[in-house]
Amino acid sequence: MPADTLKPVHVRYFAILREQRGVAEESFETEAATATALYQELQTRHGLAIPPESLRVAINDEFVPWETEIKPGDRVVFIPPVAGG
Amino acid sequence: MFELSDTPLENLDARAGMADPRAGAFVTFEGWVRDHNDGQSVTRLEYEAYPALAVSEGKRILAEARAAFDIVDARCVHRVGDLAIGELAVWIGVTAAHRGEAFRACQFIIDEVKRRVPIWKKEHHAASDSGWINCHQLPAHS
Repeated sequence: MPADTLKPVHVRYFAILREQRGVAEESFETEAATATALYQELQTRHGLAIPPESLRVAINDEFVPWETEIKPGDRVVFIPPVAGG
Repeated sequence: MFELSDTPLENLDARAGMADPRAGAFVTFEGWVRDHNDGQSVTRLEYEAYPALAVSEGKRILAEARAAFDIVDARCVHRVGDLAIGELAVWIGVTAAHRGEAFRACQFIIDEVKRRVPIWKKEHHAASDSGWINCHQLPAHS
């Protein structure tokens, strides 16, 4: 892959995912085309155990479909099952 | 109005700002931290939110309630951080001309908040490991 396909992204982790990842947030460069691919990359790299079917994804503070394209500078959050109230 | 609060809600003046000449009913719901869940003795709860999306999704739920029910106003405040047994975790207030719509809207709001708003709670137990509620069934760290 040519270097110019690398995009900077910022990922925040909450609750069980924060504990699995061991950090609350990180910035890095990715070749992932979609949110699906980005989560696969993180699962492979960090052993995140939660299957994507159990998560929702937000980009730039809005819920989005998993197939949403990742753009340079995106702020991405993978959202475990919620339990407010 | 949907807000997150990292300070106790016990002294929240729930009626302030909700008085309205059109309102004949004021229904509130308070969610409290209880000392047991699923047969386990609970010592405290830890609430964590994704603030930006929790507030925008919470406001969306309140707007949906105003569109779906004949109400005057609806508000919700949710705690984050460490909560002790008995503390107030979530407060919802709904005003309406008549009680029926106020009760129905209040129920809708708490159900949707629990289902959709990115807030998590970790249960701390007296006798065993703690866990994130609704994530128990998910795989542990590999």
